[in-house]
Amino acid sequence: MRTQAAVEISHLSKAYGNVVAVDDVSLSVAEGEIFGILGPNGAGKTTTVECVLGLRSPDAGSISVLGLDPGRDAGELHLVVGAQLQESALPAKLRVGEILAEYRSFYREPADVGELIDGLGLAGKVKDYYRSLSGGQRQRLSIALALIGRPKVAVLDEMTSGLDPQARRDTWDLIESVRDRGVTILLVTHFMEEAERLCDRVALIDAGHVVALDSPAGLAARASGGKSVRFAPSAPFDDRLLTELPEVGTVIRNGSHVVVTGTGELVNVVILALATAGVTARDVQLDTSSLEDAFVKLTGRHLHEEGIPA
Amino acid sequence: MNTHTLPRPKAPLSKAPLSKAPLSKARLSKARLTKTLLPETAPRAAFGQIVRNEARLAWRLPAGLIFGAGLPVLLLIIFNEIPSFHQAQASLGGLTAFDVYVPILIAFVIAIIALISLPGPLVTYRDQGILRRLSTTPVPPTWVLAAQVVVQFCITITSLLILIVVSITAFGFDASKNPGALVLAIVLSIAALFAIGLCIAAAARSGTAARAIGAAAFYPMLFFSGMWFPRELMPGVLQDVSNITPLGAAVEAIQDSMQGQFPPAEPLLVLAGYALVFALIAKRFFRWE
Repeated sequence: MRTQAAVEISHLSKAYGNVVAVDDVSLSVAEGEIFGILGPNGAGKTTTVECVLGLRSPDAGSISVLGLDPGRDAGELHLVVGAQLQESALPAKLRVGEILAEYRSFYREPADVGELIDGLGLAGKVKDYYRSLSGGQRQRLSIALALIGRPKVAVLDEMTSGLDPQARRDTWDLIESVRDRGVTILLVTHFMEEAERLCDRVALIDAGHVVALDSPAGLAARASGGKSVRFAPSAPFDDRLLTELPEVGTVIRNGSHVVVTGTGELVNVVILALATAGVTARDVQLDTSSLEDAFVKLTGRHLHEEGIPA
Repeated sequence: MNTHTLPRPKAPLSKAPLSKAPLSKARLSKARLTKTLLPETAPRAAFGQIVRNEARLAWRLPAGLIFGAGLPVLLLIIFNEIPSFHQAQASLGGLTAFDVYVPILIAFVIAIIALISLPGPLVTYRDQGILRRLSTTPVPPTWVLAAQVVVQFCITITSLLILIVVSITAFGFDASKNPGALVLAIVLSIAALFAIGLCIAAAARSGTAARAIGAAAFYPMLFFSGMWFPRELMPGVLQDVSNITPLGAAVEAIQDSMQGQFPPAEPLLVLAGYALVFALIAKRFFRWE
């Protein structure tokens, strides 16, 4: 059930000179949702969230964040929205604890710092200078600062870039626990795995446009036009046994294997139909397409062609 | 759901001061200005925390402290060792070289902190996105600028106190003939030089550029303060130019008050003019990202 939208973007456009960064983007993030904005570099993801945060003013369109206009109500907005931006450092010679104490003082009801840094694996780093932190530790401190004001909406721009796989998974766990406390999360990413793991819904953005908006599974299904199942039948059977099923699209024989494409509960209906004819399906492999496939299909290119931002 | 009978759900932001009576247009701009500079959303204690961290950074990167406070005292000690510096000289208007150099060293302290120490961190914060991050918090980035001014002002005052106290107690210099005028001259000098420093922070795109611009402004100003060639010995034209430079005016005003006179209006007005004009330029051109 979608109650009220936490973030409502309608017909947002923004150009820098002649370069159109965002072109008529509309999307609505429900309260308590983890919403992903996915796309290659330069697609307009960061510009979109910068407009949401009131850091840039849109050329056209309107944005409402918890009923606030980011341009007009920036003060109130920043009380309830936490942000982690790309490429924003901190003073090299401040200690982690000092930075946390400063940012904590910006809010009237801040989060429990101890709990926060435990969750981000920074507990042992409180006395360290910022400059001595690794890239991943800096990134995690940045996420801590985005959450330190106990925001109702958290905007995280490429939060796991530069993290090693273990730190990335730990961060995902933390983000899920933050969401479980009712925080709405707007996540900008170009990691497919991250979007598939965390996001309730994903907007695919390419060249300033929303190309598709759906759940990760929905997008993947839409891109491939369905699923395919591959198996080795225990006995010969007539193709019509399967092609007559409404879920089945094509049946292709490939040596000893059969590949069936279709939609819906494809595996179940295929196995059931074979069983009624006395055939057992062995070595069953279900091939579901991924969000990556969806992206390629919808935009004609790979997400990672542009590389990972520094 | 029969929504029409339900009370409107309480806005999640009820703690934030959102529900104000609509403001009239005339009050709006003033209200917005107050809201920008002193938003009700950020606790005042946050300013103290920012000042504390800026002070820590100044202490941990002490180049400004060493050059601002250390070097002038060292020069003072050296000058004190030169016997001729304590002889009144007709060419200096009956003053000793020591009398001439104490005001110059005061101007030196103010200038090096204002032109080098003050813009550096601000430009670095902008360059590294620290100001950008701050603009996503309830605290306005102007608070960091203000905190930096507070910290550098305190460093300047401390350095000047050390310099003046050392020259009085160790070298028998009499600086207290007109303390009110001296305080006014010093405060106006700080205001003028800090405003110029903030303009450098507004103009420079990187920390390196800020240091280069700061140095390019510092050395000519220092020349006209009489550091290498006391103003009293300058040819008439150079003296005229010196009078309208920030450090020339500062030295003139400080020297006069140290000699017990109230400084003439001209150097004070020159300093006030620099403070006003450069503060407005800095305000107009300062970028947060």
